[in-house]
Parts: sequence; C-alpha cells; structure tokens
Amino acid sequence: MRTIIFIAKRLVYSVFVLIGLSILIFTIARVMPGHPARMALGSRAPDWAVERLREEMHLNESLYVQYYYWAKDALHGDFGVSLVTRRGVANDIREFFPASLELTLYAGIFMGIMGIILGTISGWYNNTWIDNLVRIISYIGIVTPSFVFAIFFVLIFGYVLEIFPTMGRLTPGVVHPPLITKMITFDALITGHFAVFFDALKHLFLPAVSLAMGGMAQEARITRSALTDNVNKDYIASERSCGIPERTIMFKYLLKPSFIPTISIYGLDFASLLGNAFLIELIFNWPGLSRYGMNAMLRKDLNAMTAVILVFGLVFIIVNIIVDLIVGYLDPRIRLGAERTQ
Amino acid sequence: MAKPLLEIKDMYVWFKVFGGILKVLDGVNFIVYPGEKVGLVGEMGCGKTTTMKAIMRILPMPPAVIPRGEILFKGQDILKMKQVKLQHLRKKEISMIFQDPTAALNPVFTIGTQLQDTIRFAEKSGKNTEKEGIRTRAIQVLKEVSLPDPERVLQNYPLQLSGGMRQRVCISMALVSTNELLIADEPGTSLDVTIKDQILRLLKELAEKRNTSIILISHALGAVRGMTDRLYVMYAGSMVEVAKTKELFAHPLHPYSQGLLAATPRLTGGGIGEGIDGRIPEYINPPTGCRFHPRCKQAMPICKDKKPPFFKVGKDHEVACFLFQNHR
Repeated sequence: MRTIIFIAKRLVYSVFVLIGLSILIFTIARVMPGHPARMALGSRAPDWAVERLREEMHLNESLYVQYYYWAKDALHGDFGVSLVTRRGVANDIREFFPASLELTLYAGIFMGIMGIILGTISGWYNNTWIDNLVRIISYIGIVTPSFVFAIFFVLIFGYVLEIFPTMGRLTPGVVHPPLITKMITFDALITGHFAVFFDALKHLFLPAVSLAMGGMAQEARITRSALTDNVNKDYIASERSCGIPERTIMFKYLLKPSFIPTISIYGLDFASLLGNAFLIELIFNWPGLSRYGMNAMLRKDLNAMTAVILVFGLVFIIVNIIVDLIVGYLDPRIRLGAERTQ
Repeated sequence: MAKPLLEIKDMYVWFKVFGGILKVLDGVNFIVYPGEKVGLVGEMGCGKTTTMKAIMRILPMPPAVIPRGEILFKGQDILKMKQVKLQHLRKKEISMIFQDPTAALNPVFTIGTQLQDTIRFAEKSGKNTEKEGIRTRAIQVLKEVSLPDPERVLQNYPLQLSGGMRQRVCISMALVSTNELLIADEPGTSLDVTIKDQILRLLKELAEKRNTSIILISHALGAVRGMTDRLYVMYAGSMVEVAKTKELFAHPLHPYSQGLLAATPRLTGGGIGEGIDGRIPEYINPPTGCRFHPRCKQAMPICKDKKPPFFKVGKDHEVACFLFQNHR
C-alpha cells in the first residue's frame, strides 16, 4: 500500500516535470537561431513556399500561442510532422525507440552486473593486485569516451578476430520475427525463434558493451569504495565479535548497505545511456532514437527534437522511480525517513 | 589466586600508515581473573579500544600489525588461534559491547534479523530450521535487558529505537555470545547520564547473575568506581598502574594516575584539580623510555632511557614507575 502511494505520488510529480521539460525544450528549440522552414524545404525552394510552411507551423505566432497549439496536439498523441522524414513524429518514435531501448537495456544490464561484480571483487580483495587491476580498468573506463571503445572493439572483435558483427541489428537475410515489441531479441524469444534471438544478441554485444563501459567503471568504483568503507564500520566488527561467520557477514551484512550508493548512481548512469547512445548508434549503424534525435537537432527539426527529448525525459523519470523503489527497499533509513516527513 | 581467565603478555600493536608506523600499544600487560570485574581507564587515544579489539581479533589488519605479545585465554593464545577456534571463542566465550550503539548496529537490517542471526550461530547449529525456537529465545534475551515490547523491537530497524534501547539491544547480542568475558567499551558514553547509569547497572546485574567477567573501559572514573573490583590505568599504549579499585582511588601512586584522579570533579567539593599539562604523545615518534616522562613533574634521568616495568608496591598494587623501584 505504501509502495502504491509512493508510486502514485511520483507519477503525479512526473507529470509536472514533463510539462516543465516540454516548456523548456519547446522554448529552447524556438529561440535557437536558424530557419526551420527554410532548412526543411532546402535553399532552392521559393519564398512563398517557405512562408506557407511557416504559417502552417504557426511560426509567425507568439511563443505562447505556438506552445498552445503544440500542447493541444501533443495531448492527442500527435507530435507534429518531422520536417526531415516528412512523417509523423509519433510514428518515427515508435519506429526508432525500440531499437534504442533494446540497446540501452542490454547495456544497462551489462553495466550493472559487471560493475557490481568488479566492484565487489575489488572491495573484498582490497589493496591486492586484483583490486589494483580493477581500479586501473575503472579509471580507463571512466576517462575513455564510449565511441573510442566502440571503434576499438569493432577493430578487435569485428575485423581482427571476426567473432562479432559490427553493423545493424540482424545479419542480412535473417528474417525479422513478427513485430510485437519491436525489440528483436524479445520478439524472437516470445515467438520462439531462438536462432534469430542469438543472432540479434550477437549484434547487440559490441554496441551494448561499448556503451556500458563508462557506467560500469563508475558502478565498480562506487561499489568498491562503499565496501572498503563499510568493512571498517563498527557494526561489522560487532557482528564479527558476536561470532557470525565471515561468509554471512560478507554476503549479507556487508553487501546490502554497500549496494545502496551503487544503485542510486546506477539510476543516473542508466538514464544517461540513452543520450550517450548517439555515437554508438552511428558507429554500429543502429537505427535508434538517439541518432534520430541528434539528426533532428542538427537540422532544426523542431517537432522531432522536442518529442525525442520528452521521451528521454520520460525514461529518465521511470528509471528513477524504479531506482528509488529499490533504494527504499534496501535502505530503511530512506523508507522510514520519508514516512516521517510526510 | 586462581588462574587468570585472560592474560595479555607484553603485547605491541602497530599501525602501518602512510606517514610511518604508529606504535600505539607498547608492551601491554593485563590480567582478568574468572568472575572479576576489571576497569580500564585512560585518556582518549591511549589505546584502550585497540587493546580490546586485539582480544577479539577485530583490528583491521592491515594496517594493524602485532609484532610481539600474546593474549592467553584459558591458557590458549588467541592471536595464534585457527579460524574455527576463534569463531567458537567469539560465539561462546568473549563478546564486546561497542562505544556507540548506533554505529554498532547494522542500519539496513532489523533488530530481529541481527539478533536472531547471532542466536542462530552462537547457540544453535547455524541452520535455519529452528525459526520458532530462535525467535522465542530472541524475545527472551530482549526481556532480559528490560526492553519493553520485544516483539515489536524485533521488527524495528535501529533508527526506530532510541539510543538507550539500541544500547540494550547491543548488550543483548553480546549476552547471547558470551559466557566467560564481556568487554564493555564505554557503554552509554553517547547517551545521557541517567540512561548511562541504567545501562551500567544493568550490565553489572547481568554479569553478576551469570558470573561473567567484565572488562569495563571508560574515561570517566565515576563509572568504574562503583562497578569494578580492580582497576588498570593506561597511558599512551601501556598500563601504568593496577590495584583494587578502592585502593587505587584512595592511594594513586603513579604520577599520571594522581593527575587523572585530581582532574575528576567531585560532589564533595574541592572543585576540579589541576589536571596534567600536555597531551597524549604522537605515536609515530613516541617519547623514549617511560612515555609519560615529558609530562611528568617528578621525572628522573632514568625515565628517559628505560621503560619502567611493573613494581609491586602492595598485595594487588603494581606501578610502572621508577619512583617505586626500591619500594620494600
């Protein structure tokens, strides 16, 4: 019950956040210099055509009126027409988002699991060569941009070892399973096309790993420092002095409090994966939303840009609600503290 | 006299840190007899807690190292014990109550989880099969430390309890895993005075009922006075004086003990004494010889060169000070 109230509250807040975000991004998009109509039609289009498009897009109206028109349509699920693809933005998002989401999900899973495992090993074997190795890896992971990893991996695994494909979502010729979620691995699993599933997974591997490297390094560092911090806490000494076996202390009493900061940071890292995916999608020729959004921005495709950013905002909000739920579950200080202030 | 229950012989503990080696414990000698209540007093930072953590083998190693010394518990050296033996010692024989009950309880587990795990490993086979029995026992232990509404306390997280209640929970956990020796490291220091008093009374009562030995650490002399039979005074990593508590309060001999006692406020008037100038020395380059000599008004040339051993000055009274080397 408490959880349901919490979620409901957060969803109500989210609505306001989204409204705020939409106003902000709408304004920024409109005040940026440039001529959207002209860019959409090209430099050789006659002036009257440009003027008509401006009229159609309400670009001659004041900002408030423009927002009113946009919001009215948006509430009906219509985010306008992309100036570049000439199709409904909502359609475009439905087409491109699943690819990005799939990539991000796998990157997020890899990031979380590997980050926590590396961090835990590093924390347990504090100040040994294993720990030093993990720390070096995490520093490299943090300072190296994901596209560098991507290019490196493509070179090693794609061209030298030739064990992973480096382009697209499926090997050409493999039939896409029926569209349900539009995320190929899930569609393949649901419909039982396991060969397709593995093919898609292979295609996902390199982009997901390169995308996840930075966050993974971050997770590992946070987990490690929480562990090395907590292991010297009085409560661990106290549990030891009560004769609780080392294994129980390590896996139960030490891990739970140490994962709390990791998971808080994980939420932020996960949400930023979507935005960071742009270069990865470009390098691996991945038909995703990040790339679509970046193109929209470069070409002043107002409607597409606004909608993409709203989608990212929505993902960010959902991820953070989930993270807060997990952290609240793990940490009574937060769960009960929040209750007290209510 | 009876055989000692616990005997620390000439123990050294160093901490290897970035700036050098902290030579914290410098030849600690310490004895507890069965059923005895022993006090240990000294300034903050003199090594009281370090000594006790060494007994439980919960010093973080590294950075701590124990280059010399032994800790004999019933004749066996704790420092050389194998893991299984050590685990048995912690489960059944020795337990420690920490200074700050808030820090000593895991914040993300309920009292029930923590207490029941302690019971499960200390008294039962460690398997999870006897849930009901363990729960009954947990409630019983909480009642023993006079906690009201134990069923609810079991479901609470540490942050839902008051400081005094947390301290009682800590005591209950220590009681479960102790038959022989209870180390109480400044219990109740972080609590207000009346609660602290209650906690001390409770400890004394429980120890007497079960005939458990207690080591009571404190930097407040008043607390140890009524609680203990024998009293050690510690300064900068070693014991400087030991005597029956009454005797030590009546006739402190070591200049440091005298200063320490004089610095205690008394209800009977006289106000606070002068105290001792200076502070505990740094441990990277501690003073040679007797570590107290730079602060000692009666220092002699020999104090600088040699560390004083214990000199016997009475039946149970020993002082580590060259002023008393020719006593008797």
